[in-house]
Amino acid sequence: MKTQVYERLQQVTRRGLARVEKLFDAAFGARANPLYYLGTLAFFFFWVVVVSGIYLFLYFDTGTVTAFRSVEYLTREQWYIGGVLRSLHRYAADAMVLTMMLHLLREFALDRYRGKRWFSWVTGVPLIWLVFFSGVNGYWLGWDRLSQYVAVATTEWIDWFGIFGQPIARNFLDQASVSDRFFTLLVFLHIGIPLFLLALTWLHMSRISRPRTGTPRPLVLGSLAALLLLAFIKPAVSQGPADLNTMPAAVSLDWFFLFVYPLFDRWGYGAVWALAGGLTLFVSALPWLAPRKAEPAAVVDPPNCNGCGRCFADCPYGAVVMQPHPDKPGHQLAAVNPDLCVSCGICAGACPSSTPFRSAAELVTGIDMPQLSIHALRARLDAALAQLRGPARVVVFGCDHAADVGALREAGVATFSLLCAAQLPPSFVDYALQDGRADGVLVTGCDGADCHFRLGNTWVEQRFTHEREPHLRTRAARERVRVAWAGVADVERLRKELTAYRRELRLSTVEPSNEEPTRNSGMECAVNE
Amino acid sequence: MSKVMRYIGQAACYGLFIGCIGYFSTSPAYVLLEPGQAVLKLSVTHAGQIKQPCRRRSEEELAKLAPNMRNAMDCTRERSPVDVEIELDGRELYRATLAPTGLARDGASSVYRRFRVPSGAHTLRARLKDHMDLSDFNYVRESQVTLASGQVLVVDFDSRRGGFIFR
Repeated sequence: MKTQVYERLQQVTRRGLARVEKLFDAAFGARANPLYYLGTLAFFFFWVVVVSGIYLFLYFDTGTVTAFRSVEYLTREQWYIGGVLRSLHRYAADAMVLTMMLHLLREFALDRYRGKRWFSWVTGVPLIWLVFFSGVNGYWLGWDRLSQYVAVATTEWIDWFGIFGQPIARNFLDQASVSDRFFTLLVFLHIGIPLFLLALTWLHMSRISRPRTGTPRPLVLGSLAALLLLAFIKPAVSQGPADLNTMPAAVSLDWFFLFVYPLFDRWGYGAVWALAGGLTLFVSALPWLAPRKAEPAAVVDPPNCNGCGRCFADCPYGAVVMQPHPDKPGHQLAAVNPDLCVSCGICAGACPSSTPFRSAAELVTGIDMPQLSIHALRARLDAALAQLRGPARVVVFGCDHAADVGALREAGVATFSLLCAAQLPPSFVDYALQDGRADGVLVTGCDGADCHFRLGNTWVEQRFTHEREPHLRTRAARERVRVAWAGVADVERLRKELTAYRRELRLSTVEPSNEEPTRNSGMECAVNE
Repeated sequence: MSKVMRYIGQAACYGLFIGCIGYFSTSPAYVLLEPGQAVLKLSVTHAGQIKQPCRRRSEEELAKLAPNMRNAMDCTRERSPVDVEIELDGRELYRATLAPTGLARDGASSVYRRFRVPSGAHTLRARLKDHMDLSDFNYVRESQVTLASGQVLVVDFDSRRGGFIFR
């Protein structure tokens, strides 16, 4: 029941996000949609903060009076570089919070937080705290009226625990209470916390192979230009020197970092700790509060594994490792770590033994998914092809996490939803087209940079363009194979693509190939060409 | 979508992005004090007197102790809680009994509070009693204070300087 509530919430959020993503797809294209790069964008903004911060550090003076003066010097006297970098430092930090929180929301909506993915989710929670520690700590450094407010409110909040012999807020009683050495400590923290954050970011990504840390260049340039423009339009400025003998009537809050501070006055410090602690625990426990039904992990069949390592190379989560073969000296054997396997089936699609042309009645491949085996897929494909009638007969291979291909089923169209588009061994395309049993094959799956299993659509494209093994057979007429990526919200677009494709096939003069496809023994590592 | 429309779409997205960041990085302003308000900060850190006076051990008690532990005087470390009261114009602003810190309850008693008070002239009275057996407060200070709007008045305590300090 509880799980259903979370899943319902996920679905609602996912539908809302899908609409927004569609708009962004139209503007940026699926390959550079910023919503598909929220994590890497946050990481990019982190580096903008680091680089701009290094420059600011060169001019920053650690002292009760000089801290404010040095920041003012950068802002006013050196506005063309110091002022711009100060603004960039602040706005990039804000952008980091924004993209980080959207990243969290999106990963939740796309169900990427539980099951085998719990580790990345849980290690992301302390990252949020560290980002806020760094940001709040940074707001003390300029020692203006906002710094004064943040310093007093933060120390009072910490004092709520009563763990210190003397309340640390006593350090900000009045002007005379603050010492120059305090700023040295602040700078130390402002450098140390981001370093710790960087280390934890590595941990956050450590369970996935080929983690995506780079952002497409157009997005990097676009967001950097946008932040620079903002720095010129609205430079970040101080709010007057701190004076602990008075309290400002109002402060301009940075709501990205300090949104919780007004709650201190309304709810009290204890309630805000309860909120922050409760939310942290809730978000951390989410993978287990709504556990996903465990999907079977990939299974290796040693007699059919020739140790080629393609599954190892393609696994997006590092769940497949190569081990020395126990019976064949000098050979290797794939092994699956079930704790890391997310059941995407990409390994089965990469295995050279997964060819349907093998004559064995029971098609056992080197590595396979128990819930949708290669044998079962071939049997279902055979059954569907036998019943496929009419002009422009098309077999559609889709993915459970993208546009629902079941909605495309009609006369002359057979649909198969796989665990991931890359579960499809390319030889299945040839198999469907052999002897003119189908006129075309349409492969679809998650759009652009938004593959549910991170790399599935990339691997499919690379296999089809001969950049990655196993290759798509070259003897299959290219006009008869179509790839059309479509996300969850793109069913109608995909339907139009299919209709257009079938129209093209009807008009096409391409004759079905009568060549006999190569039949592999399944143990060869050679490409199906 | 045409290339021009895509660029317009991208510009709109980036505009929304920096518009959101630019606005919420400083706005809306948060009001800390209403006009005509000032701040009073109470900060007291003071170790109460030793709770029990030293007493001489009896011969029987000494005999029960190890030879190297036979100290004639038994002095406990525990300190008394401290009572603190603040009144503004005869109205109680704060009143508490502060327990000593430390596992052996031998540390200082501390309090830090921030109050919003009306600006203007006030009679401020601060009292502290550092032993629970005392019948009356042993540190008292009463003064006329005039607070400007936004001013912070600190009520500190230092027994070496005579007790309460208003600054």
